[in-house]
Amino acid sequence: MIEAIKHAPGRIKRALDSDFFWKFRRSPVAVISFAATFLLVMSALFAPLLATMNPFDPASLNLMNGFTPPVTPSAFTGETFLMGADDQGRDVFSTILYGMRISLFVGFAAVTLGLLIGVTLGLISGYFGGWTDTIIMRIADVQLTFPSILVAMLIFGVAKGFTPPEYRDQLAIWVLILSIGLSDWVQFARVVRGATMVEKNKEYVQAARLIGRGAMPIIFRHILPNVLSPVLVIATISLALAIIAEATLSFLGVGAPPTQPSLGTLIRIGQGYLFSGEWWILFFPSVTLLALALSVNLLGDWLRDALNPKLR
Amino acid sequence: MALLNIRDLTVEFPTRRKVFKAVNAACLTVEPGEIHGLVGESGAGKSTIGAAVMGLLERPGHITGGTIAYREDEISGLDDEAMRKLRGRKISMIFQDPLTSLNPLFTIRQQLTETIIANLKVGKVDADARALALLQRVDIPDPETRLDQYPHQFSGGMRQRVVIALALCSEPEVIIADEPTTALDVAVQAQILELIRDLAVERQVGVILITHDMGVIADTTDRVTVMYDGSVVESGPTAQVLGQPEHDYTKSLIAAVPRPNRKVHRFPQVSYGGRMTSFAIEEIAKGWPVREAPEGALVSVAGVTKRFAEKGGLLPWQRRHFKAVDDVSFDIVPGEVFGVVGESGSGKSTIARVISGLYRADGGNIYFDGRLVSEPSDKEAIRAFRQDIQMIFQDPYSSLNPRMRVDDIVAEPIKHHGLLSGHAAKLRVGELLEQVGLGADAAAKYPHEFSGGQRQRISIARALATQPKFLICDEPTSALDVSIQAQILNILKDLQEHLGLTMLFISHDLPVVRQMCDRVAVMKQGRIVELQETEALFSDAKENYTRELLSLMPRMSDVSDEVQLPDY
Amino acid sequence: MFSFVIRRILQALLVLLVVGLVAFAMFNFIGDPIDNMLGQERTQEDVDRLKERLGLDQPFVVQYAKFLLAAAQGNFGVSYEQGRPVADILAERAPATLELAAVSGVFALTLGIVLGVFTAIRRDGFWANVIMTLSLVGVSLPTFLIGILLIYLFSVELDWLPSFGRGDTVQIGGWSTGLLTTSGLTALILPSITLGLYQMTLIMRLVRSEMLEVMRQDYIRFARARGLSERTVTFRHALKNTMVPVITVTGLQLGSLIAFAIITESVFQWPGMGLLFINAIQFVDIPVMAAYLMMISVMFVAINLIVDILYVAVDPRLRT
Repeated sequence: MIEAIKHAPGRIKRALDSDFFWKFRRSPVAVISFAATFLLVMSALFAPLLATMNPFDPASLNLMNGFTPPVTPSAFTGETFLMGADDQGRDVFSTILYGMRISLFVGFAAVTLGLLIGVTLGLISGYFGGWTDTIIMRIADVQLTFPSILVAMLIFGVAKGFTPPEYRDQLAIWVLILSIGLSDWVQFARVVRGATMVEKNKEYVQAARLIGRGAMPIIFRHILPNVLSPVLVIATISLALAIIAEATLSFLGVGAPPTQPSLGTLIRIGQGYLFSGEWWILFFPSVTLLALALSVNLLGDWLRDALNPKLR
Repeated sequence: MALLNIRDLTVEFPTRRKVFKAVNAACLTVEPGEIHGLVGESGAGKSTIGAAVMGLLERPGHITGGTIAYREDEISGLDDEAMRKLRGRKISMIFQDPLTSLNPLFTIRQQLTETIIANLKVGKVDADARALALLQRVDIPDPETRLDQYPHQFSGGMRQRVVIALALCSEPEVIIADEPTTALDVAVQAQILELIRDLAVERQVGVILITHDMGVIADTTDRVTVMYDGSVVESGPTAQVLGQPEHDYTKSLIAAVPRPNRKVHRFPQVSYGGRMTSFAIEEIAKGWPVREAPEGALVSVAGVTKRFAEKGGLLPWQRRHFKAVDDVSFDIVPGEVFGVVGESGSGKSTIARVISGLYRADGGNIYFDGRLVSEPSDKEAIRAFRQDIQMIFQDPYSSLNPRMRVDDIVAEPIKHHGLLSGHAAKLRVGELLEQVGLGADAAAKYPHEFSGGQRQRISIARALATQPKFLICDEPTSALDVSIQAQILNILKDLQEHLGLTMLFISHDLPVVRQMCDRVAVMKQGRIVELQETEALFSDAKENYTRELLSLMPRMSDVSDEVQLPDY
Repeated sequence: MFSFVIRRILQALLVLLVVGLVAFAMFNFIGDPIDNMLGQERTQEDVDRLKERLGLDQPFVVQYAKFLLAAAQGNFGVSYEQGRPVADILAERAPATLELAAVSGVFALTLGIVLGVFTAIRRDGFWANVIMTLSLVGVSLPTFLIGILLIYLFSVELDWLPSFGRGDTVQIGGWSTGLLTTSGLTALILPSITLGLYQMTLIMRLVRSEMLEVMRQDYIRFARARGLSERTVTFRHALKNTMVPVITVTGLQLGSLIAFAIITESVFQWPGMGLLFINAIQFVDIPVMAAYLMMISVMFVAINLIVDILYVAVDPRLRT
């Protein structure tokens, strides 16, 4: 009897044999976008190993290298840069790698924050209903009235008002995460609430209640695993949105500080030199940002189709 | 010449692992004015035939062999445009769910007239007149007013009448009705079937009636075709097929149908195709604790009322309530099976949920084993009560958590009540799964790997895990095929006989209730209309409402009572 | 129906009250207004006098009520940065933003619905697939990048269209419009495409997925089974049902055009409210931020209300 249990295929083997993984292998878009996302995340993670210099360290910068075009040696120092150098002589390639780190870190952290708040409130709201539900969902409605980028800007502005000027640059990243994360929870909450309301009326939840299980075990052990697939889809799409939001805020000058440039900051700097011909300062960060957002979006789009059999 | 002639039709659905043959070389003919029943269990391919005739097969399904001919014309190879001309004009269709078959944003008049104009090429005024006449024909009261209403303003039965009117708009010669009454109450079902019968004769329309319900076949159809696993196993005049079935599958299927007119001790089980599964009742009985039966009632329901808020109302005190259960009282004595029957909305499921504590009563009390359990104040009484009652739900697909392994599902009550832990619990779960006929290797699987009947066995294993005294069965077989229903009902009978379990059995299906219950309460609009010993109720009902319900049972006069079951 | 509208209006008022509270809180708790107005050289007496004049010594609720009253009359105080009444500055900037948002809204809505329906009916067609893939690129392109790209292409390389500003404007009453001059109209092209493109892709994708969802419904199958033409089924039955959810989301999207204008205005140096707001955030100019917030929320709430009423008009199920 126990042997029979042992002979059952393991979790990994099951996962590899699942329809989900089968669909994944059969979709070139899914495989390519996953590979691209993975590559970008890895190169950001190992930026210090790949980059030729640390662009955040003022000591490593040489102003004489400023505006060196890609793959041509600098007229003053003779140094060559794969993607050129920016106005302050930073290697654009290294700056992109480091900038992507900030973009991805802010993106992941903000989505995690939004997800934790949203999923928790959505579960509570959907399961208990009544007044708890009304209050949480009214707040969500009010916030949803405003586009998340505006909410993020407001939170950013307010937080800026609170922090003393000398700390602003240091805290800027955390303020960014907070503002994007807080502007993002509503999507999670609404979807999880909807799914929870469907699940809680299913008979397996009633069976658990009948046994005498309390609200928390039912919510987290029974309902949560069943509402995770839409959460995964939203999280992926939110990640793309958060990366774009971060870039937008930084581009507008209300995000990452110039000393720690993210992709958006780089594009902001590059835009100033668009008319004078130094295209590479703008071009390479823009392409990287687009590649990042596009591959994550493609992945999310495919996930939604794969996890939602209704649309097949 | 037959209206519709299907020869050797084969429909395939390519899937990931293999090509699934939904229909395998099926033959079927329909004559004018004839109702041809197409019967089979789920997955038999009966609905696929309907969709194939209409050219409405869901992708990736497609016809891979055979022909479909309308009169002399071959139609299975037609392109979309030619098919569209035939569809509606010559062949029409009625779907199962009247709720979703009508476009919610258009009035009945709009939907009727556009169909009439599209198919018959008549003017607006003429179309309007025809629309009105059609509504009158399908017996919708006050048709002038009803014409300008939207679908949501109609009841389920009325909606299905509108759907029939829509299918008749184009004066078709063949109508395919796919489970047209499955979503309706018995009383409404009988009326709709009668309407279809009358229309078929009156307009000389050929009808293919697709259903899983032997009662519907017996009472409505002229000819019947029985399908099993994509193939036709038997076909012929209804009286002949049901009276002297020739094929083994037909025989066992007919034998498994619960009869309204007599009580049997056990249901003959469908054994065709090797679907027999054992159930080790003796094993279970050996380990079952012998308890002393309490004096008097085990469960006592005293004046219970349950209200639900209706939608609407700006302010709390403006909201209306309706009483789903209205001042209901009864006692269930130890060892009996107590039945509750009624139509949908009668409150029968609500009372089960109030007794089990899933809903809190708005008035009245529930006593179990002499202790009050409807108030949460007595923690110890509630805990003991939770261990002593269990429930089997209607839908085997939603009553098991799809993300939990079967062993975790069955172990949950054991662990929650602290009966066993760790290895001992694991052994006990394996034992239970073995006893309900699934085998211990079911433990590591997930619910979606099992069929409906197997899932219901998992539910039973979970229900037996705490060795309860009282079992609530809420329509435990209404989502199952007849053959599986027979197995599950036999298991429930075994549990009651061998373990002395007390049961509350909720059902809308009177023949099933007759086979299962000792006493029956008939509910209507939240109240108990009549409470009787089962046999007395069926032979000599006191109340008009009960007699009306009984008269609506399928008569199945053609069905042979003495089917010779094949030996295996 | 009646109670539905009343409930919606009450909800709208509640939203405004909450937003007002946020704006008011910003005034009170972020950067001491006394600090902002008096500067370093001050005595306790000055502080007290100013506090009394501003009403800061009164209870919170009274202050809040006064603030709301003033805001309702269009009085939002004086900008810290420019030293002029905020209401005047906003009134001067509003036409630019509203014209931009209106033009791009029309662009996004028409093209979005047309392309959405097209890609839904030609589900597996070549062009539908091309459009769907491009739309994902559109969703992944941040608005500011679209703007920069367009500037680079049409202003720098081709030199066809202006890259910044509104061009010549004509003053009609208190409203300055760019819609009546050629230079005003050419100046509007790039910004409105920039602003509308993202919304357009969203609307298109939404229309497509809702339409596909509707096409799977039984009543569509039944409509086909009754022999209605493919055109009637698609454009009469499916499209109308598609519009029900699309209206809600689209309403919200159009509202957010005004907010997204911040980015477009920043890229094109468009002299609207968004540019004003971005500057206000950088200078922590609280009165301007608060006033912008209040104003934009009134617009959003109004749009939402209209959307709700439209919703009822389309769906008979909500009328009874």
